Amino acid sequence: MSARQFKVVGTRPSRPDGADKVTGRARFGADWNMPGQLVGRVLRSPHAHAVIESIDASKAAALPGVKAVVTSADFVEQENRIVPAGEMQVNLRDVTRNVMAREKALYHGHAVAAVAATTDAIAREALGLVEVRYRVLPHVVDVEDAMKPGAPILHDHLRTDGVEPRPTEPSNVAKRIDFAKGDAAKGFAVAEVVVERRFRTAPVHQGYIEPHACLASAAEDGQVQLWTTTQGHFQVRGFCSRLLGLETSQIRVMAAEIGGGFGGKTVVYLEPVAVRLSQKAGRPVKMVMTREEVFRASGPTSGSSMRVKLGATRDGRIVAADATFALQAGAFPGSPVGPASMCSFACYDIDNVKVEGFDVVSNRPKVAAYRAPGAPISAWAVESTIDILAQELGMDPIDLRLRNAAKEGTKTHYGPTFNRIGLVEALEAAKASEHYRSPPRPGTARGVAAGFWFNVGADSSAAAHVGEDGTVTVISGNPDIGGSRAALAMMAAEELGIPYDKVRPIIADTASIGFNFVTGGSRVTFANGLAIINSVREVIAECRRRAAKLWEVEPDAVVWENGEAKPASTNVGTFEPLSLAKLAGMAGKMGGPINGHSQINAQGAGPGFGVHVVDVEVDRDTGIVTILRYTSVQDVGTAIHPSYVEGQMQGGAVQGVGWALNEEYIYDRNGKLENAGFLDYRMPVASDLPMIETIMVEVPNPTHPYGVRGVGEVPIVPPMAAIGSAIARCTGVRMTNLPMSPPRLSAALDAAAPRLAAE
Amino acid sequence: MAARVLLTPSIARAFAGGEVEHEVEGREIRHLVRALEARYPGIAARLHDGVAVAIDGVIHQNAFLEEVPDGAEVCFIPAIEGG
Repeated sequence: MSARQFKVVGTRPSRPDGADKVTGRARFGADWNMPGQLVGRVLRSPHAHAVIESIDASKAAALPGVKAVVTSADFVEQENRIVPAGEMQVNLRDVTRNVMAREKALYHGHAVAAVAATTDAIAREALGLVEVRYRVLPHVVDVEDAMKPGAPILHDHLRTDGVEPRPTEPSNVAKRIDFAKGDAAKGFAVAEVVVERRFRTAPVHQGYIEPHACLASAAEDGQVQLWTTTQGHFQVRGFCSRLLGLETSQIRVMAAEIGGGFGGKTVVYLEPVAVRLSQKAGRPVKMVMTREEVFRASGPTSGSSMRVKLGATRDGRIVAADATFALQAGAFPGSPVGPASMCSFACYDIDNVKVEGFDVVSNRPKVAAYRAPGAPISAWAVESTIDILAQELGMDPIDLRLRNAAKEGTKTHYGPTFNRIGLVEALEAAKASEHYRSPPRPGTARGVAAGFWFNVGADSSAAAHVGEDGTVTVISGNPDIGGSRAALAMMAAEELGIPYDKVRPIIADTASIGFNFVTGGSRVTFANGLAIINSVREVIAECRRRAAKLWEVEPDAVVWENGEAKPASTNVGTFEPLSLAKLAGMAGKMGGPINGHSQINAQGAGPGFGVHVVDVEVDRDTGIVTILRYTSVQDVGTAIHPSYVEGQMQGGAVQGVGWALNEEYIYDRNGKLENAGFLDYRMPVASDLPMIETIMVEVPNPTHPYGVRGVGEVPIVPPMAAIGSAIARCTGVRMTNLPMSPPRLSAALDAAAPRLAAE
Repeated sequence: MAARVLLTPSIARAFAGGEVEHEVEGREIRHLVRALEARYPGIAARLHDGVAVAIDGVIHQNAFLEEVPDGAEVCFIPAIEGG
């Protein structure tokens, strides 16, 4: 791509949703209300694993004020196979059971029944009247325990997929996958240095500040309206359609403003329940999770057990890599072990690689996507091992990565060959940064790690409507979780050649715009941007055609520049330019409204790479780690709105800090979550951290008119390993299990004290 | 010129005797899948859903009608969704 000069792209205008959000006018999931609405509440299992022998809701249903009760009997049974729902590939048998338990309760907090009542107090009282008879079973929470012979089995029908011959006995290992390149055994045979470690991570929650919330209104003619906080209202429509046996055109879903999602709101929990309750009650039903319910019953990401082995020659060339990743799926199959395995060595050009992955079920909530799902987990293990290798070789950690960096033409271990990528540029920018060039202060140390994410494109539908005064509404169908509305408006303004404040972006509901895949996979600015640009180009083509008609010239004789139709040259004739406003004002006389639309399956998203540098100080008495300085470097394609790209780089880094230093689910011996709130599930807050510095390396994506590359997910991939490496270099102790919380680090330092004293 | 098709190791083991790399003729992804199904009955179901395709390094989801350039590298990989 040539270096294009932009007028709007690359500037930092105020976001279109900003005023509403800072004044409290913005309407989030729990802010929607309808006359006559009822309160919906969910009864949740007190057991981690139990057969549900019977449910008697008669007393609850008879309580004055209760208008409806639902159990699994109110949901259509689903086949045990993978089918599309909202264009996601899901096993609806598992989805319906996660929404409402059927034969078994599979985790503490699993939904067992739900009621709708006139007040919250009555709804809660009614839950206490639902009589559930459980037969408690042994449970298993930990991923390694779940894989052991003799572990309590969650699903009698589950056989490990990907093993030949197909096993006959049930297992908690739902799937085995593997990838290979070259011959890892031969590679290790010629390695001069070999390092190998085992690693573990704990499950962590996405930590969105807004709980799940929805309002469902089912009418007597079968039409359903649903307001919800979601990353994908078309997916909500698809899931509800399948789970409730409704046609998609009967369900209209409005996406509320969203207070964070990070992947955790790409699935459904309350929505099908609220719709069914509304159908039975004949009134709208509103359901809002408490924070405790969010922790107990919505998907965190996986915990894991991993092993990584690297072999290198003394000159720093990595000649072999071998890794095993076992990721926890929660109560039903479907951990991100695939992406974890694929992303693991993607940053490196290694001739001989062997990767094996396992998807493991256990008695905890079904995992949901969390920002680059799986990649941060495998990166913790791989990037930590790369750092160990750098120490063994006496090499600078960035130089080791540069020596082995993937480039254009590198064949990945999972199959595809890279096109133009920006890892080397990101590594060089990190190495040249003021942060990296300044030595760490005495008593502190520095860690480095790299990260990769694929980024996706997928389906997008968009439209551009020109008002009679020439201002433009651009319409898309993806909830805005990262500033994408601003970016879409900016791209439209740039393409049209009009000021940004003449373009208004809105997010349409499922009945008002064509299908859009989820907001996720760092896809919206890329894919929706492409659709918006196509829509605007239709508008421009129509404006040129109308100007040509007015001037009685050929359409090819008219150009569009800076928001105006102009003659292509003086040979065409002398005509005053026609602005968008002028043409719009004449639209009725010239053929009707001026609109454009586009619907695409966007391809060519282009992967992203990040490099993080962090300086830490460790209090050896308490194990408290202080982040002193943090720099996030990333190849970002073209930064349409630099502030929001920086925001993504900072936000991902901060989530990684929490994942590294504090966050974990703590279970008691009954499989009950003990820290189901922000007080005890400790996430970083602003006072915990310095300003995260950002360095944006712009390597434009050649497949996008503006060079856009997804940016949202890469920044959560490197932080844990960068911090772990800094701690190792500061203390001499290499932590292999996350989180590196104060009690764990303090204990590790105490245990290592005799060894360190002797060295 | 035929496309160079790469299967995941688990699909290769289950259907293609462990052979990961195959030369397959076809103008579109669906033609490649059809040709593979003729060679290895049952494989099409595994290549239709829950799978992404990288054509010369560019990842496509729902790639049914995607055109395959002559001699392209076509890799079937697990579908990617993101968060």
